[in-house]
Amino acid sequence: MAIPLSYTLRSLAARKLTTLLTAGGMALVVFVFATVLMLEEGLRKTLVETGSPDNVVVTRRSAGTEVQSIIDREQAAIVEGQPEVAYGMDGTRLTSKEAIVLISLAKRNSDKASNILIRGMGQKGIELRPQVRIVEGRMFRPGSTEIIAGKSVAERYTGAGVGETLRFGQREWNVVGIIDAGKTGFDSEIWGDADQLMQAFRRPVYSSVILKLNDPAAFTQFETRVENDPRLTLEAKQESVFYAEQSRVLANFIRYLGMILSVVFSAGAIIGAMITMYASVANRASEIGTLRALGFRRKNILSAFLVEAMMLGATGGVAGLVLASFMQFFTISTMNWQSFSELAFGFTLNVTIILKSFAFALIMGVAGGFLPAARAARLNIVDALRAA
Amino acid sequence: MHFLKLILRNTLRHTLRTGLTVLGLVVAILAFGLLRTVVDAWYSGAESASSTRLVTRNAISLVFPLPINYQERIRRIEGVTAVSHASWFGGVYVTEKNFFPQFAVDAKTYFDLYPEYLISPDEMKAFGADRKGCMIGRKVANTYGFKIGDTVPLRGTIYSGAWSFTVRAIYDGAEAGTDTSQFFFHWDYLNETIKKAASRRTDHVGVYVIEISDADRAAEISTEVDAMFRNSLAETLTETEKAFQLGFVSMTEAIVVAIRIVSFVVIFIILAVMANTMAMTARERIREYAMLKALGFGPRFLAGLIYGESLAIALTGAAVGILLTFPVADKFSKQVGTLFPVFGVSVETVYMQAAAAIAVGIAAAVLPALRAARVPIVEGLRSIG
Amino acid sequence: MENLSEPIVQIRHLTKSYRRGEQLVPVLTNISFDIISSEFIALMGPSGSGKSTLLNLIAGIDKPDSGSLKVNGTDIATLSEADLADWRAANVGFIFQFYNLMPVLTAFENVELPLLLTRLSRSQRRERVELALSMVGLTDRMEHYPSELSGGQQQRVAIARAFITDPVILVADEPTGDLDRASADEILSMLERLNSEMGKTIIMVTHDPHAAKSAHSIRHLEKGELDVRS
Repeated sequence: MAIPLSYTLRSLAARKLTTLLTAGGMALVVFVFATVLMLEEGLRKTLVETGSPDNVVVTRRSAGTEVQSIIDREQAAIVEGQPEVAYGMDGTRLTSKEAIVLISLAKRNSDKASNILIRGMGQKGIELRPQVRIVEGRMFRPGSTEIIAGKSVAERYTGAGVGETLRFGQREWNVVGIIDAGKTGFDSEIWGDADQLMQAFRRPVYSSVILKLNDPAAFTQFETRVENDPRLTLEAKQESVFYAEQSRVLANFIRYLGMILSVVFSAGAIIGAMITMYASVANRASEIGTLRALGFRRKNILSAFLVEAMMLGATGGVAGLVLASFMQFFTISTMNWQSFSELAFGFTLNVTIILKSFAFALIMGVAGGFLPAARAARLNIVDALRAA
Repeated sequence: MHFLKLILRNTLRHTLRTGLTVLGLVVAILAFGLLRTVVDAWYSGAESASSTRLVTRNAISLVFPLPINYQERIRRIEGVTAVSHASWFGGVYVTEKNFFPQFAVDAKTYFDLYPEYLISPDEMKAFGADRKGCMIGRKVANTYGFKIGDTVPLRGTIYSGAWSFTVRAIYDGAEAGTDTSQFFFHWDYLNETIKKAASRRTDHVGVYVIEISDADRAAEISTEVDAMFRNSLAETLTETEKAFQLGFVSMTEAIVVAIRIVSFVVIFIILAVMANTMAMTARERIREYAMLKALGFGPRFLAGLIYGESLAIALTGAAVGILLTFPVADKFSKQVGTLFPVFGVSVETVYMQAAAAIAVGIAAAVLPALRAARVPIVEGLRSIG
Repeated sequence: MENLSEPIVQIRHLTKSYRRGEQLVPVLTNISFDIISSEFIALMGPSGSGKSTLLNLIAGIDKPDSGSLKVNGTDIATLSEADLADWRAANVGFIFQFYNLMPVLTAFENVELPLLLTRLSRSQRRERVELALSMVGLTDRMEHYPSELSGGQQQRVAIARAFITDPVILVADEPTGDLDRASADEILSMLERLNSEMGKTIIMVTHDPHAAKSAHSIRHLEKGELDVRS
């Protein structure tokens, strides 16, 4: 014989302002909680999808990022010649020797600048990244000073749109195309011809070699050979692992900050729920007495108030998630500390985040409602009846 | 007198509710203060920048070096009193988690430009005499337990290989805002080592630090430096130290903005809690308010009671929250070590905390006070708390 | 000041109705009557007859729809909200069925409350409050909070609070409604004394015929109109 749910709902509806304020506070906490998860997921998605598990990135040992890495021509040739490397349709190896530099570009409508990664690539560079599509203009011609810009860069940096020019390395570079890399890290890069770029910057060495393996399972074999070759001072990583490691610091920062904020903020919301539920219990002492006198058990009272608190939490949870879902329209762009270059990523909402946020909201409700509900259940019938 | 007594007693009427609300405020004001302090820490480099120091870097971007021979040419510019240089080393001490910035500097000139680094003459001499020596900030020393004579191994990322340095000097900061999380060693040693490996970076430095005699001439001298190297292989970009530091901040601006927004969200959360408390309180006392009105007390008196109570709760919470901010920030600063070079609660933060609490106190009382002022006496007298 | 020929309360064509949802419910229709100074009058009638509404109108805590309402020479129906508050502070003493004391104030402070609206000094206030409390026999309960007093004692505090400002009229809404017979009698005799010894005009709403006996005259209300028999 449980106390009907409608009874609980009506008691929440009876005190609209209080219900609204309490659920509103919880909604803000859920909003922060969900937003942080969405940001973390957005960053993860951006970096995981940047790297393909079939591809391998070879860089100088312990360089960490492509910018800090150096690979000379002989070393690059040795890497390209490894037996595990796949062949393309045209019978040549599926590799791209790449040169990476960072240039400081000014943002549109502001004098602020940020570091943008310029990737000089070989002819197979684009083939190795099937997730990238040219959405405007065309591909750069090999051997020319043409470049193509990632969507996010083209939108936000002066001179990076199609038909515009950028000046660096004492040359003018024409932007001839825009790439959409499906919200991966490549959206934050500019691509051009590796040899042209190396000439412009008078740089005799590559930064990295990207290659595709015949069989992804052969990676360990490839890795061992490359790392044990005395002529090479290089290390090989699966591309997906490489990019995940690139943003570990940023991802951890978001995760820790988010966790601390969620815990601290939820303390505030739980207190709010407690205040509301204590008042709810106090206001309805005589009702509780009546229910008990009618034969309802203590546990019925306890669960009725817990359900009420959970409804508060659920209301806050739904409102917070609705608010958070609007964040999907925004993109965050910031410098990735590890690569020292700009990285744009969005807020990604998925079912797991929805469930987690909702569970978090319910837990807040229960945490706030437990003590008041226990007090309601402990009330002595006679005292409660007299309390009116 | 009577009025204050009435407010005080009203506040203490529901000890549990008031206590919980104050607790919520303490948490919120503390969180707000800490978030503001994190934002401040972001800007600390720019805050402590000197107006008579300029920084010259490669115009393409900071990762491109500048030739060492620029030093002499810059020094000859009129108005420049000293020139030194620093190169980002980017080494890893044991694991990536142990972050502190390392610079290869020109030990003979660099520290003259930074009088805010306090170094004992003996240690300075010892550092100068040891080619493989290093000078570290007090915060680095405290965080990792380095003492004079200790060996610090670093794994190079830009300059590959295993490096090791001996601690010869530890510098203190002249002010609370001085960055003592840095690690300096001899550029000469770096250059000789990489020369053997025939690195492209040989005889190059990261940035030049220029001291000028007159802060008002910063723009003029900057232009002159950049003009001198225009159309060379390494064009320069010169700006004040402050602008240089702010450039770093602006690259991670999105994070700063996010933290700022979140710091206001916490205020809104506590506003909801506080407004709820006041709404409940006022609802329960509507009959008392009606009686006071019947006796001839005006709406202003009632509003005063409600605003007074709201502010009393808010300010109590704020006072405790502000007092707690200092030890918690201190503890946090010790935990994160050299990740934030400077982490201190500023006076502005305390003002902001107090202002936020007052705003919450006032905002929470608006609706209840309006309701109390508007409720018809007859209706109010009939209502049951 | 108090001219016997001029009634202290002059009510002419007083009408008041309430809105209940869409409906307009008349409570008082075209009431006219006078109350002379130093009168002790009881308003009686079944619930919903409008007796409390009439009392509230006379006390200036509610406003009529039409008609005039002169109390002590002032047409209070025309006063603004703020002027009305000042007028109440100077002219009316209230006694409620549920006492309506401030629970956070002591008996002394509750009685002192209306004096905070006057220019009296602290010592003058103290003197007056002590006198008032001694008149209601609560000198030894001055520092007690309402929750520490019995119902009868609380109502005596309320009476002291009502006459402390020396108002022209005292209005009492069911002053004995929540009390046992003995306490009720105490309260009633106290009201009688206020009327006979201090000349206060008292208007009391009650449904208790026993209480009404204390009054000089009784007016009956029935469905918003004065019963002609009374």
